[in-house]
Amino acid sequence: MTDTTTRTREGVDDAGLQSQFDATIEHGDRIEPRDWMPPGYRRTLVRQVAQHAHSEIIGMQPEGAWVGRAPSLRRKAILLAKVQDEAGHGLYLYSACETLGVSRGELTEKLLSGEQKYSSIFNYPALSYADVGTIGWLVDGAAICNQVPLCRTSYGPYGRAMIRICKEESFHQRQGFELLMTMMRGTDEQRAMVQESVDRFWWPALMMFGPPDADSPNSAQSMAWGIKRNSNDELRQRFVDMTVPQAEALGVRLPDPQLRWNPERGAHDFGQPDWAEFAQVVRGNGPCNAQRIAHRRKAHDEGAWVREAALAYAERQLRAQGGPA
Amino acid sequence: MSQQSPAARAPQTPESRETAQSHTAGEPRVRAEWPLYEVFVRGKRGLNHVHVGSLHAPDDEMALRHARDVYTRRNEGVSIWVVRSSDIAASSPDEKDPLFAPSGDKVYRHPTFYDIPADVPHM
Ligand SMILES: [Fe+2]
Ligand SMILES: [Fe+2]
Repeated sequence: MTDTTTRTREGVDDAGLQSQFDATIEHGDRIEPRDWMPPGYRRTLVRQVAQHAHSEIIGMQPEGAWVGRAPSLRRKAILLAKVQDEAGHGLYLYSACETLGVSRGELTEKLLSGEQKYSSIFNYPALSYADVGTIGWLVDGAAICNQVPLCRTSYGPYGRAMIRICKEESFHQRQGFELLMTMMRGTDEQRAMVQESVDRFWWPALMMFGPPDADSPNSAQSMAWGIKRNSNDELRQRFVDMTVPQAEALGVRLPDPQLRWNPERGAHDFGQPDWAEFAQVVRGNGPCNAQRIAHRRKAHDEGAWVREAALAYAERQLRAQGGPA
Repeated sequence: MSQQSPAARAPQTPESRETAQSHTAGEPRVRAEWPLYEVFVRGKRGLNHVHVGSLHAPDDEMALRHARDVYTRRNEGVSIWVVRSSDIAASSPDEKDPLFAPSGDKVYRHPTFYDIPADVPHM
């Protein structure tokens, strides 16, 4: 191939790399860690994967608080396993994020300083035991809607982490639904407790898909890069359509007067969450923002001596074996 | 062809190195970060170990224990390897690398190169 235009060597290389990258995306192939990628692609991924990892980690808190108070050994064991999975999800995602050239320490610091965010849903409290069921059903359910398409995201390590996560999420949603079903077969008081919980979590769960497409300026670029596969509104619609029959089976009412089947669209019409509230929570003014970060910081600080002691022990073992001092 | 930076990850960008330094300069607190390990799991007997991800651990033994908790909570494996990420040597990322070129023009290494009449059985 001949190219008669004069360019600097660097310019030629960059153009070549960019077109190679574009071709990979175009073919639906995956980008791998040591491939060249546009700085914006890397930045977007670091932000998204970090935010996702932080969400898993912070997401342990509302449910974790109920492990000791769950009503039976069976329920405690289930909840403990679920919360442990969320820790694992966080670690898969931190691992994926680190392949982009950021360190784990940096990520932790950016979570604690508020520079990187986590999902706004975890800034709502789990006030009753029914919330454990509702979180599994609606919050993990919404997470599944978001995550299944991400298994095909263009960045290899992120997609592979999502595949592992999705395999585990189905247990999370089913244990929540089963918990709620059990309560709905119980007393009037228990049924009221479930309804009250669903009333509180329905709108924040819809917010988990992010702002409406019209107010989500970065979405188009993310979709062009194959990072995102569906728009926020598409995924929200999918979630509503999936959830309505589940709510019927459960016998709970979803707190949206505008919610009804639209035969012309073959989908449900539904109302919009309070986006002003969403903005407030994202800005740090949700009911639990300060508490969540304070708790995470405390756990991190109180664990420092363990990390340091383990490192000192490893170094001493190495010296004892005559390794490098 | 073989490069110093670990196999599974991007070479650290100058940008990220800078951030790490400015943090240490700005804060007196010592950050004890455990080294990074790559984790490989054999799903079941008869299969190869496959790379599943990475984790941080202070030493080999703890890396194995952490790998067991993080990557095999549901019978995902019967055997785990861990190796320090910094100990992996890797070919260059570009698939058009000359390293792989010799195999590209040796089409006779593939069974489809040979025309065999269709009526010859079991071939
Ligand atoms: Fe999760
Ligand atoms: Fe989950």
